[in-house]
Amino acid sequence: MRPYTYAQARSVREALRGAGPDTAFLAGGTTLVDLMKLEVVTPERVVDINRLPLDGVTLDHKGLHIGALERMSDVAAHPAVRQHYPMIAQALELSASAQLRNMASIGGNLLQRTRCGYFRDVTTPCNKREPGSGCSALDGINRGHAVLGTSDACIATHPSDLAVPLVALSTTVHLASPRGTRSVPLDTFYTLPGSTPDVENVLRPDELITGITVPRSPWAARSLYLKVRDRQSYEFALTSAAVALELQGRTITNARIAAGGVGTRPWRLTAVERALTGRPATPATFEAAVTHAADGAQPREHNAFKPALLRRTLVRALTELQESR
Amino acid sequence: MNQEHDAGPGRSGVSRRNFLGGGLVAAAVTPLLTGQAEAKAAAAPTVDGVAQVTVRAAVNGSPVTVRVDPRATLLDTLRERLDLKGTKKGCDRGQCGACTVHVDGRRVLSCLTLAATTTGREVTTIEGLADGDRLHPMQQAFVEHDGLQCGFCTPGQIMSAVAMVDDEGGADSDDEIRERMSGNICRCSAYPRIVDAIRDAQQVMR
Ligand SMILES: Cc1cc2nc3c(=O)[nH]c(=O)nc-3n(C[C@H](O)[C@H](O)[C@H](O)COP(=O)(O)OP(=O)(O)OC[C@H]3O[C@@H](n4cnc5c(N)ncnc54)[C@H](O)[C@@H]3O)c2cc1C
Ligand code: SF4
Ligand code: FES
Ligand code: FES
Repeated sequence: MRPYTYAQARSVREALRGAGPDTAFLAGGTTLVDLMKLEVVTPERVVDINRLPLDGVTLDHKGLHIGALERMSDVAAHPAVRQHYPMIAQALELSASAQLRNMASIGGNLLQRTRCGYFRDVTTPCNKREPGSGCSALDGINRGHAVLGTSDACIATHPSDLAVPLVALSTTVHLASPRGTRSVPLDTFYTLPGSTPDVENVLRPDELITGITVPRSPWAARSLYLKVRDRQSYEFALTSAAVALELQGRTITNARIAAGGVGTRPWRLTAVERALTGRPATPATFEAAVTHAADGAQPREHNAFKPALLRRTLVRALTELQESR
Repeated sequence: MNQEHDAGPGRSGVSRRNFLGGGLVAAAVTPLLTGQAEAKAAAAPTVDGVAQVTVRAAVNGSPVTVRVDPRATLLDTLRERLDLKGTKKGCDRGQCGACTVHVDGRRVLSCLTLAATTTGREVTTIEGLADGDRLHPMQQAFVEHDGLQCGFCTPGQIMSAVAMVDDEGGADSDDEIRERMSGNICRCSAYPRIVDAIRDAQQVMR
């Protein structure tokens, strides 16, 4: 690990003072400490933000507010989350391990870095880690990599499970910088790799995530997160689906759908949502609606199974949701 | 891995405030943590002056004060500085659970926890579980069920299982035990007996 200075911030203002490209904010550390050990990330200053008052899970008429430093395990266990946003609790519980969920924060989760093995290995070319050096995954081992939103420069998957239901539910991220505060839709918070895969989101170096708001909706309460992976637990997704439906009788009046494991960012599937809306919630509707879910996919040598697996993941998620009531 | 250095004498002269970029507070009172000169030295690994951080925590019920390199993990600090070698280093990357300890009663991975962040916290390791010569029910159950082969993962399994029951309310089925213990890998695959041990210990503990 490279040397750095360490300090604890007592307030958001303190944390932001002097923050720049060489600063790393430390929350749970489950991404940051790992990547500092690998020397993939080499900050000069580490600012510990764990004692900032960015906690709290509250539900009001606007929606669910979660502080950036709330831990994954606490949010997953929160009664309001379990009752009104089941797929958020499920996505969290299906992430990582109990120990990691006790450590990891919601803000850190949204900013976790890709698990692409080349990104984590400083001896190999990687445009995300070292712009312009090339992408080892294009013709390397790319089984876990993305098929949607990719570019010639990078095909890394966004690994967060939590971000998938959050994107489906039109979540807003709240940010603070020395210039003030702003709120950004999570969907546009994440950027596509294009020719600059080192840039993953619109967060500036002197900006903190302070929290998120998930709007209130009738469909959020009828939702499900399904994760498909190589082993049953403690593994990242090959594919995943966050599905939320509002029904009137048997008719789908609203649908919110997003996918994980397949995109360079959490992937909202608005075309599938449209194809479901106004139709009866039947297997035939589900099958028909997902036909075009992976349109535009660009599979590589080892991940050509993902478009078909995505469609089947979506159908299974919709079917399980439908059968659960 | 992390070399621990003493910040040498004669490094004072520039205020700590300045060094830390304004209103930030150091983790604890660190009189040796000083100056721009040291910040530069810290950036050059060849120089011995990495600013140390003083950690004051309770480890297995006893107050501990230790000066650490800001890079030091809780795992390395427990093993190398406090001579508590019961906590094991498997992957050192958050992937195996061998290093599981409790911080403020919750199970966490000590390999991804910076020691510097534990000031004011209560750390419990496998050494702190038994009551004198009386084993903790979870330890006893692992012995009775032979819940191990090589034993390398065992301290992590036990610490994880204790928190799973005490802090998180336990598991209602074998499947749930397996799911909630999935963060603890056993290379010897002693899983069936680990599950047996946890199921039994949980009954005693609840
Ligand atoms: C073995 C393993 C398995 C895992 N499995 C899964 C999985 O199945 N699913 C899944 O979704 N995740 C998984 N993860 C990833 C895990 O969820 C993330 O590492 C974790 O959520 C990051 O949160 P943190 O608080 O520890 O972040 P940190 O490591 O503290 O920070 C991560 C990044 O975000 C920055 N940061 C943190 N908080 C803020 C803030 N408030 N404002 C601005 N910047 C901030 C940090 O500077 C850093 O760059 C796994 C991790 C490991 C090690
Ligand atoms: S896929 Fe992206 S992260 Fe992986 S090697 Fe290529 S550029 Fe790097
Ligand atoms: S040594 Fe910490 S998880 Fe493996
Ligand atoms: S007993 Fe050998 S690793 Fe578990």
